[in-house]
Amino acid sequence: MEPGVSFLHIDHVSKTFPMLHGESKRKNETFTVFKNVDLQIEAGQFVTMIGHSGCGKSTLLNIIAGFDQPTTGGVILDGKLIERPGLDRMVVFQSFALMPWLSAFSNVRVAVQAAHPLWDKQKVRAWTQKYFDMMNLHGAEKKWPAFLSGGMRQRVGLARAFAVEPKVLLLDEPFAQIDALTRGSIQEELVRMWTATRNTVFMVTHDVDEAILLSDRIALMTNGPEAELAEVIDVNIPRPRTREALIDSPEYVSLRAQILRFLVKGAKHRTSTVEVPPPDEAATDEAMSHEPEEDDAGVAA
Amino acid sequence: MMTFRDKLRAVLLSIVIFVVGVFVWHVATLRPSFNPKGLSEDELMTMEFNGDIIRDENDQYVYNPEKMRGIPGPMAVVDKIGEELRHPFHKNGTNDHGIGLLIFYTVKRFIAGFLAASVVAICLGVLIGLSKPLYMALNPFIQVLKPISPLAWMPLLLYSVKDPVWTAILVVFMAALWPTVANTAFGVSAIRKDYMQVAALLEMGYFRRLFMVVLPAAAPAIIAGLRISFGSALVAVVPAEMLLGELGVGYLSWIEWNNLDISGVIFAIIMVGIVGVVLDTAFMKLAKVVSYPET
Repeated sequence: MEPGVSFLHIDHVSKTFPMLHGESKRKNETFTVFKNVDLQIEAGQFVTMIGHSGCGKSTLLNIIAGFDQPTTGGVILDGKLIERPGLDRMVVFQSFALMPWLSAFSNVRVAVQAAHPLWDKQKVRAWTQKYFDMMNLHGAEKKWPAFLSGGMRQRVGLARAFAVEPKVLLLDEPFAQIDALTRGSIQEELVRMWTATRNTVFMVTHDVDEAILLSDRIALMTNGPEAELAEVIDVNIPRPRTREALIDSPEYVSLRAQILRFLVKGAKHRTSTVEVPPPDEAATDEAMSHEPEEDDAGVAA
Repeated sequence: MMTFRDKLRAVLLSIVIFVVGVFVWHVATLRPSFNPKGLSEDELMTMEFNGDIIRDENDQYVYNPEKMRGIPGPMAVVDKIGEELRHPFHKNGTNDHGIGLLIFYTVKRFIAGFLAASVVAICLGVLIGLSKPLYMALNPFIQVLKPISPLAWMPLLLYSVKDPVWTAILVVFMAALWPTVANTAFGVSAIRKDYMQVAALLEMGYFRRLFMVVLPAAAPAIIAGLRISFGSALVAVVPAEMLLGELGVGYLSWIEWNNLDISGVIFAIIMVGIVGVVLDTAFMKLAKVVSYPET
């Protein structure tokens, strides 16, 4: 890779939505979810984006995935502009997005088949089984997704994403629908998988602890609309990290305080040295009801 | 889950309802014994001459059992069933085929019309469900065509194809078409967005996406539509046979009416019911193969 050119470059991306009917008195009125987000991610890095609901972090993830198009700017992955979804990016969904008509194993196998259309059946099966076992799913091969717990379903979702060996893994609040106790163990499995594969990961979450446990860098977004990237914090806690060890780590305590302070204070303007006028506060309050996202959870601390 | 006791109770209750029903039927259709009191000699002679009454072995007047009037009782119907089932695959003439053959004709006609309608309806439904403009464009036509009784098409169909065999199948086809079209279109348009996103990430082509994601995801809605179509087609097949004079269990009821054999009519009605239950059970067995637990 050339020096100075990052692996995944979110290049000054803005997203503007047309207002829905009934929300606006004037026609053709639009509102900007976020603007000028510029973030460079090196290969093999785990970067997490945190922000309140409505800051557009899931929209940004959808743009990287290719589900959605940026209004201005663009996302460049490994030197190529992203235009549509593809096998070089895999998404782990908050809703799991497992196909209920396929067994847990087949859900992963379909992805492996798609990624390697020339492989024979045995090879596809062996490859699928490898990732299935890596996510501690052994024994659940023939189960319907409907009969698996939330934790197990997301393990299948992670196995499916990792098995394709994408250039970038996109995690969209992957553990938001999983109970707190299970969440911890899946997070540790994700760390193990990531350590083994050294995939480039972009995750969005509400959960500060999750972000610190998993990430190399944490990107903080100001509140939407017209959200901006306020700050990118390096997480210098040495790996391997465990939740147990983190509790007493002074770095963890101060990081957590720093992020929470940013979020609780309202994330209203940039804390970085870059001079940017703060967004109009009146407009912020008025448009809070026009959130494009469905997530409603607050900051899980 | 039902316990064994509950099941036993249900079975016993069914038997009780059946026995009571048959008993009420029997009592309601009992013919009073003939009472010659109050009738003059001339009147009795006229009745005997008409065959309404005959003399029994004791030279007493009784009603002529050959000249039944009113609704036949259960015993008469049981006799009729026994008689019909003795030669189920016998052909006595152009219009007198055994019940087994009649059932075969009806089932063949039904399955041909229903299968053709299902294939057309699912294809049409998928196309409509995938394209919002197409849905909007075709919806007014579907709304107008849907409530038309399939039998209303019959004269036009008969005139067009000039063949009652095919007309009967097409009436079944028309009856089975719309519910599946409407349900498939709904099921396809309501597919969860994240399934389509997974398909897009995996770079599936149009047909792979169709068979791997769209059809399985819409399967529950499609099966629900097929089930409604199935019932609608089963209802249509009987009058189609009657009006077209095509041999089958539906037409049997009309033949027996023309013969003034009311026991035969009741037998035909029972047969239509039994054929319906057997077909429905077979359909549900097939549907189970393609269904899955939904999340």
